[in-house]
Amino acid sequence: MKARRAALKGLGALALGGAGALAGCGRRDDPNGPLHFWAMGREAEVVAELLPAFHARHPGVQVRVQQLPWTAAHEKLLTAYAGGALPDLCQLGNTWLPEFTALDALEPLDARLAGSGVPRDDYFAGILDTNVMPTAQGPRLFGLPWYVDTRLLFYRSDLLRAAGFAQAPRSWAEWLDAMRAIRQRGGRNGFGALLPLNEPDPLFALALQQGALLADDDTRGAFSKPAFRRALDFYAGIFHEGLAPVMTDAQISNVWDEFARGMFAFYVSGPWNIGEFRRRLPTALQGRWATAPLPGPDGPGVSTAGGSSLVLFKSSRRKEAAWRLIEFLSETDTMQRFHALTGDLPPRRSAWRAPALALDAPSQAFAQQLERVRAAPKIPEWERIFQEMQQTAQRVVQRVQGAEAATAQLDAWVDALLEKRRWLRARAAAAR
Amino acid sequence: MRKTQLVGWALAAPALVVIAVFFALPVAAGLLLSLTDFDLYALADLSTLRFVGLQNYARLLQTPLFWQALGNTFYFVVVGVPVSIGLSLGAALLLNARVAKWQPLFRTALFAPVVTTVVAVAVIWRYLLHTRYGLINQGLESIGVGPVDWLGNPHWAMPAIILFAAWKNFGYNMVILLAALQAVPRELYESARVDGARPLRQLVDLTLPMLTPTLVMVGIMTITGYFQLFAEPYVMTQGGPLRSTVSVLYFMYEEGFRWWNLGNASAVAFALFVVIFAVSWVLLRFDRDPTGATA
Amino acid sequence: MNARWAVWVVNGLLAGLAFVSLFPLLWMLSVSFMPAGASSTLPTPIFPSTVTLDNYRQLFGSIGMGRYFMNSLALALLSSAISVSFNVMAGYAFAKLRFRGRDAIFKTLLGALVIPGQVAMLPLFLMLKPLGLINSYAGAVVPMMASVFGIFLVRQFARGIPDDLLEAARIDGASEWRIFLTIVVPLLAPVLATLAIFSFLGSWNDFMWPLIVLTDDSLHTLPVALAGLSREHVQDNELMMAGSVVTILPVLLVFLALQRHYMDGLMAGSVKG
Repeated sequence: MKARRAALKGLGALALGGAGALAGCGRRDDPNGPLHFWAMGREAEVVAELLPAFHARHPGVQVRVQQLPWTAAHEKLLTAYAGGALPDLCQLGNTWLPEFTALDALEPLDARLAGSGVPRDDYFAGILDTNVMPTAQGPRLFGLPWYVDTRLLFYRSDLLRAAGFAQAPRSWAEWLDAMRAIRQRGGRNGFGALLPLNEPDPLFALALQQGALLADDDTRGAFSKPAFRRALDFYAGIFHEGLAPVMTDAQISNVWDEFARGMFAFYVSGPWNIGEFRRRLPTALQGRWATAPLPGPDGPGVSTAGGSSLVLFKSSRRKEAAWRLIEFLSETDTMQRFHALTGDLPPRRSAWRAPALALDAPSQAFAQQLERVRAAPKIPEWERIFQEMQQTAQRVVQRVQGAEAATAQLDAWVDALLEKRRWLRARAAAAR
Repeated sequence: MRKTQLVGWALAAPALVVIAVFFALPVAAGLLLSLTDFDLYALADLSTLRFVGLQNYARLLQTPLFWQALGNTFYFVVVGVPVSIGLSLGAALLLNARVAKWQPLFRTALFAPVVTTVVAVAVIWRYLLHTRYGLINQGLESIGVGPVDWLGNPHWAMPAIILFAAWKNFGYNMVILLAALQAVPRELYESARVDGARPLRQLVDLTLPMLTPTLVMVGIMTITGYFQLFAEPYVMTQGGPLRSTVSVLYFMYEEGFRWWNLGNASAVAFALFVVIFAVSWVLLRFDRDPTGATA
Repeated sequence: MNARWAVWVVNGLLAGLAFVSLFPLLWMLSVSFMPAGASSTLPTPIFPSTVTLDNYRQLFGSIGMGRYFMNSLALALLSSAISVSFNVMAGYAFAKLRFRGRDAIFKTLLGALVIPGQVAMLPLFLMLKPLGLINSYAGAVVPMMASVFGIFLVRQFARGIPDDLLEAARIDGASEWRIFLTIVVPLLAPVLATLAIFSFLGSWNDFMWPLIVLTDDSLHTLPVALAGLSREHVQDNELMMAGSVVTILPVLLVFLALQRHYMDGLMAGSVKG
């Protein structure tokens, strides 16, 4: 018994010591160890296939890809920052760049980009702009776009034609007319559009078309101002008129089945659905759907400038090697191969010359839209404001609250949230 | 005597040190943290940290989502605890009945959900509650009740979680109540029966009074546990739909680890502690000797 | 007559409850053997029409569940070993050894039971950061190395040890340490087993703290990996069920093998007198 207890204690001590050693073990900081690359979702799975070409060019540089689920990636990255456990490079949603630059976690890439073979002006201007952040030394580039994402119309061209419209709507007024006509012919289960209430992007795109969402150097909310109100009224109006069902995406069992069944004619979505539509819609339906740029208030409008970038962390001890990987992934043919594997759209115009993209009608609408994209406000709090904006819109759509009260409440909330930002700005001004 | 003192301290020391350093100290630090505006900016640059006194708490009281989280949590506690304890009591009474057969087998079966991992069973239940393919709705449809959108309808999401929590936890209290029931001498039941008391009378006049101390203890333990609702909303609903399943701890997790407002998050944690403490204190008035230590 | 009716009702109800308790677990097992997509058909199948091991293959292959399993196992064993040792020593000390402040400290510890553990999580995280314990086994184990409940349990049990036994040993000249190791610990064997199980299960099933402190996915435990999986593979129900099986089966087996000790501990810790 005594021996057993002693043995157990010894084991415990040994294990604790071992664990402690593991803790101090410099796996991550080892300059000869592999590069740690964090990526999200499908892109992480696909990167592994692109790596052999990289290894051929840079033998001796090992890469360890870790896949993060999108729903937890943001938390994990911030936790990793707080815990001093960031990777060397990673894929970062471009709306997260302001946060990480505020944390001073990212390495500026202007010099490296200038010295590489990748031309800066080959990128879609609006997309590259999302990676440029203001600093005390002027605007700097903190990430290189990896793939782009924006929102535009996916629609049933046959239903549109049957309702009397030869081509996709180009202005808000045309869009409303088209949706009304389709609704009338559709009956109980034939809506004009599907706009899931938990997705902020459609409303966001409409808001970007109307004007600024924040005021006073991004330190105060402007949601109760006329610009956002117009967008919100248009958005909520679609639901209140019965042109779109009041539901979240959790309540749609299968959006592709419903699209095929004609439950709705318009769907505001992103590039991944080009592939999904081809894969999941029945063959009879191929050729009866199309894409079109987003209608704006008076004509074709801007849309969201989304996508992911590749960023280099300041804490990395292998910046040279990590940059080589970023550079490799940004080359035109790598981007084209990446597109072939994932369906993600490349951010460089030269990559769009590939037949797979140049001759693909649905993708071409994206090419047009990408020339008309606008960045989100570049502040760390934006992600949170973004979510709260949609919560507010949901309440207005479901008539829980009126638009005027809801936007006033949102502005008050935003003002409170940005109080520290105002304080920091005042402090910086006083220091000067 | 002195030697015993020393050994006593030596033996208790490791555990006490662990609890002091890794629990008491963080709790105290948390209190301090709740008095500052620690956020993302402070994480990057500690010089931006400001001492704000009770401002976090004041702001919290004005945050609608906090009240909603508190309300959701109270809903869960007020409805969930009686459901769970009721089920436990019922099961314990059944197991204790003289006519019950295969008692050990049933006891094990009814207890099994307790030891399972919450995340793993939440995943199972998420599918059992599926609107279209879930077996629960299919069962309801077979008896003519329409399908319920358990996890998508704000009115039904919390009841679904209550149901799930009852299923998972009732075995625990059942075992405790069963032990208490078995401690009641059979002779008392015999004499009551001889006196002509029917089973229901026996239950009300004999069993329940003898069970009261245990029931109070079980009640406090369950209430305290239920206030700490987190894993179920995290896995099954992510706080939705329409924030109807955001519990206080879920709110704290979002504040702290999603938005990195550690000052606010710590304030939430302490607010929860105060609530639990108050509720426990009120309930403890029903029971005067919680440690069982009369020596 | 009445008694026979009672037999049917009582046992029927018990059987019904048992069915409700076990059905989700059995269905989980069943679905894990179904081919992908089979459970999303109407009417929802209860038994697999074709049995396949594909889900498990994918789980241990491309998803690497084996690694998470080993992490869970290692952490659970580690924290059990440490917490049993610490709790037993402290529990005995509080029960049988007189030292200054003993009762006051114990009352304080009991009061601490009311504080939800999550209050300590955020500051603990910030504390572990300069110690370099974030994202390590040590960091995950640290909060579980001692528990008030464990100390309480041991103390309850240890109070039953007759004082004369200890006195006699002292008179014989044995040191306190020796008394503890050779007399007390063997007598406490049942509660040690109970503590070990509670510890093991507690660590295996722990979710929030490992979620926070283990950032590297190679260190993830089963619950954390499963939660991540469930958010990523929302449509792959069969795969998720297989993951649940892998997570739950070990603890169920441990419980079934040692349930006597578990129940005893539960009851000893809660029923007075």
